[in-house]
Amino acid sequence: MTEPLWPAVFGRFGWMDLPFVRAWQELSVSEIIGAGAGGLVVVGGLAVVILVTWLGRWRYLWREWFTTLDHKRIGVMYVVIAFVMLSRALVEAVLMRMQQAAAINAPGFVAPDHFAQLFTTHGSIMIFFMAMPFLTGAINYVMPLQIGARDVAFPLLNAVSLWLTAGAAGLMMVSLVIGRFSTGGWTGYPPYTELAFSPDVGPDYWIWAVTLGSLGTTMSGLNFAVTIYKERCPGMTLMRMPMFCWTSLCTSILMIFAMPPLTVATALLALDRYLGFHFFTNDLGGNMMNYANLIWLFGHPEVYILILPAFGVYSEVISTFSSKELYGYTSLVIATMAIAVLSFTVWVHHFFTMGQSANINAVFGIATMAIGLPTGVKIYDWIWTMFRGRVRFSVPMLYSLAFMMTFVLGGLTGIILAFPPLDYLVHNTLFLVAHFHNMLIPGLLYGMLAGYNYWFPKAFGFRLDERWGRISFGCWVVGFYLAFMPLYVLGAGGMTRRSQAVFEPAFRPWLYIAGVGALVLLSALVTLFVQLWVSIRNREANRVPVGDPWNAGGLEWSIPAPPPAYNFAVIPTVRDRDPFYGEKQAGNPYPAPKRYESIAMPANSMTGPALGVLGAVTAFGLVWHMWWLAGLGLAASIATVIARSFARDVERLIPAAEVARIDRRWRKEIQRAKPIGRVVEGTPTNRGLAEVEA
Amino acid sequence: MTASNPQAAREIRTYAIGYLLAVLLTGAAFGAVHWRVASAPTVFGIVLGLGLMQMIVHFRFFLHITLGKSSRADLQLILFSTLIIVLMVSGTLVILFNLHHRMM
Amino acid sequence: MSAAEGAHPGLNLTHPHAKAQEETETALFGFWVFLMSDAVIFALLFATYGVMLHATVGGPTPADVYEIGPALLETAILLTSSFTFGLASVAMKHDAPRRRLLGWMAVTLVLGLAFLALEVRDFLTMVAQGATPMRSGYLSSFFALVPLHGLHVAAGCLWLVVMMVQVVVFGLDARVRINTLRLGLFWHFLDIVWIGLFSVVYLQGLIR
Repeated sequence: MTEPLWPAVFGRFGWMDLPFVRAWQELSVSEIIGAGAGGLVVVGGLAVVILVTWLGRWRYLWREWFTTLDHKRIGVMYVVIAFVMLSRALVEAVLMRMQQAAAINAPGFVAPDHFAQLFTTHGSIMIFFMAMPFLTGAINYVMPLQIGARDVAFPLLNAVSLWLTAGAAGLMMVSLVIGRFSTGGWTGYPPYTELAFSPDVGPDYWIWAVTLGSLGTTMSGLNFAVTIYKERCPGMTLMRMPMFCWTSLCTSILMIFAMPPLTVATALLALDRYLGFHFFTNDLGGNMMNYANLIWLFGHPEVYILILPAFGVYSEVISTFSSKELYGYTSLVIATMAIAVLSFTVWVHHFFTMGQSANINAVFGIATMAIGLPTGVKIYDWIWTMFRGRVRFSVPMLYSLAFMMTFVLGGLTGIILAFPPLDYLVHNTLFLVAHFHNMLIPGLLYGMLAGYNYWFPKAFGFRLDERWGRISFGCWVVGFYLAFMPLYVLGAGGMTRRSQAVFEPAFRPWLYIAGVGALVLLSALVTLFVQLWVSIRNREANRVPVGDPWNAGGLEWSIPAPPPAYNFAVIPTVRDRDPFYGEKQAGNPYPAPKRYESIAMPANSMTGPALGVLGAVTAFGLVWHMWWLAGLGLAASIATVIARSFARDVERLIPAAEVARIDRRWRKEIQRAKPIGRVVEGTPTNRGLAEVEA
Repeated sequence: MTASNPQAAREIRTYAIGYLLAVLLTGAAFGAVHWRVASAPTVFGIVLGLGLMQMIVHFRFFLHITLGKSSRADLQLILFSTLIIVLMVSGTLVILFNLHHRMM
Repeated sequence: MSAAEGAHPGLNLTHPHAKAQEETETALFGFWVFLMSDAVIFALLFATYGVMLHATVGGPTPADVYEIGPALLETAILLTSSFTFGLASVAMKHDAPRRRLLGWMAVTLVLGLAFLALEVRDFLTMVAQGATPMRSGYLSSFFALVPLHGLHVAAGCLWLVVMMVQVVVFGLDARVRINTLRLGLFWHFLDIVWIGLFSVVYLQGLIR
């Protein structure tokens, strides 16, 4: 190949961009780890392809999953992405902990540049490709069922959101194999991420992965908000909605308004890097402080995007497993709304130390502390919900309890950080790292895992294994305390975050404890997968076909598990909050419809996967300066959208006879099942039919 | 759709009124700058005021956002968006001008 | 017709089925949400422009590079295009002859393209004067904000072409109607953004 042709075709790609070649050239543990990770992605990807081919399941996957517009399956796929990405990012966290424990007055085994990539990918993945897909998946699955809808308002857009997220996550994975990732942290602060200091492809991977993901998230938020506004079933007034729907609504509103600042920040950084603009550069009038301002205009509401859905899950779980209705529903709604609006007024607390006047810091510090009030209201409401209830310590409930205690601790350190003079002391130390992990692990991860254990039987028709669930829970909690409490000490002792090596021997014991904690967290992940494996193996014993394994009150429990594609054979009419609970009390929870009607559902479409792949291809072309590829991808994306607007046959009709057949089969299950009391809900006698208690 | 012509005429009139008002307000803004009717900050204030009025005219006559029940949800959405935008823009300006002053 | 009376005045309900109307309302509300999300993007670029206005670093200043004449002409064209789109909406709503609808859409398209041509000419004049986005922070922020609006107008023009083709191919079926209404919202929204642009960017820069 002649010289000028190579860059025209392959952009700035060279053989040294492959980790395998790098490891071959200069053998070191750090490079071997890099090559191993890249190899794992390649081998893992190949293994999946071979496995699916061997099983002959491509057709099934394509028709039933990839091209589906069913909100339930889209929700499940989101959660699958979340689990895959969680595994990667958690392993990275363990590597970092091991490195720091090994690198006390020693070089350790991970090179500084590699270490910087680790903390950047760990943060970016945990926020954008673990937390966001997990909660989006949960909302996708549960919210339409709870409001008595057959799907979200815009099913196609939903698929597009999923596939853009998947494409972005794919880009993150590709960065392990081709090239390298950013070393600029999950917020990608310039001027460090500008061309002058990071001329490599890393920040570009970060920019485009995050931008693609945030586009998908904005559209998800739009979709959910419109669904909740417009698709509620008759009688489901706003103030009768389950708490999870309220928190979903607030999260969606935050997504709609808080993702654009992120898009602006990354787009302007891209303009700087690609076209030589001067938004955040050191020279010619660039102002990098504006970047901090923009990214935290996104970043703070983002915190509540992450936490609110978990609050919703806890509200559902605590109410169900305390056998009581939610205490202080109205106050919880108001608190949720207050948190959503206040979250737009506190972003400066992420950069108290940037140099603005004390008055500005004071205003934002006070606003930050004010958020503690509605959050406190919530904690009390949950406690009062449990009060005098018959609390069952099932796995979701255990997560809720662990959340309440741990989260309050994190809130206390949050108040410390909200106080600007104190923030000056611990800013940029591990104290901060400990604080936000202390908020997000209980405030997001525990919530999502509680929701996973709680709604899994609804989604797949069988309960998850209780014993392994408890083991996993124990590891998550113990691991969290071991891994992060020492970081408070280290941070207060002055250890800066993101340090590849440590020169203070006094830190040693704390770093060792944190390292053990990281390993416990890793085993928590492993046991989580063991739980899934064991549950699938024992699925016949744990089936709950009737669909109400926990004696809960929401509409989602009034239908079969797993639910049919159209969710409700007849759209329900709601008379009360906790409608299904009310119907059970009234003695007629499963009224047989007088007659069945044909149901029109959105037909499958390959627009979603096409746009996801094209988006990722465009981004890849941009990262490597393969302009032809980027142009081609963009043009093809636009063509896809236009072509889709010409499609007219976009619905498929499920005939009344089919609806009747499915519904009658389920009614037979109801007759066959024995109503069970709460004491035995964890045993195989639980077929999903709850005994009505007076 | 019989007898829809009077209604169509009424709707066209709405657009025409909006167009006329928009032209007048635009003209006033450009005129205020061109003939420099007052001190610079005052002129800028006038321009912003006229711009805001014109935005309201567009919402009312072109986008049919009224105080009536039919567009209540849209109006609420727009007002909430306005609140968020005001928070973000004013916050950005205050913080970054403050930083600018302290660094100069 | 009572259902249609209470409906969104921008709606055209030749077939006021409750279901079709609901779908239209949902579709339009969703599009409003998108527009508001887009508005946040513009708002932040406005804020960035305001922050960087003083960062001319010895290069061209706003007063050096803006001209009131072209700005006024562009404003007039865009305003008129909003009006002509309104006439197209009325034609669609009342099932006027297909020719009239397509005619107003075509007029709008021509005006949109004329606006784009003038705007590109402005940018080229600026670049010829050495006012490139690489010159200073101020010019960077100008070239992020104003061309983004132009890009939206260009997307609107492409969308107009697609809708005209669809009107010819499908006639006024439900989806064509919904998407034309959405395009209408988009077009009028861009006009509102332009009000901000000529007030905050051009007129502010020209006040001496």
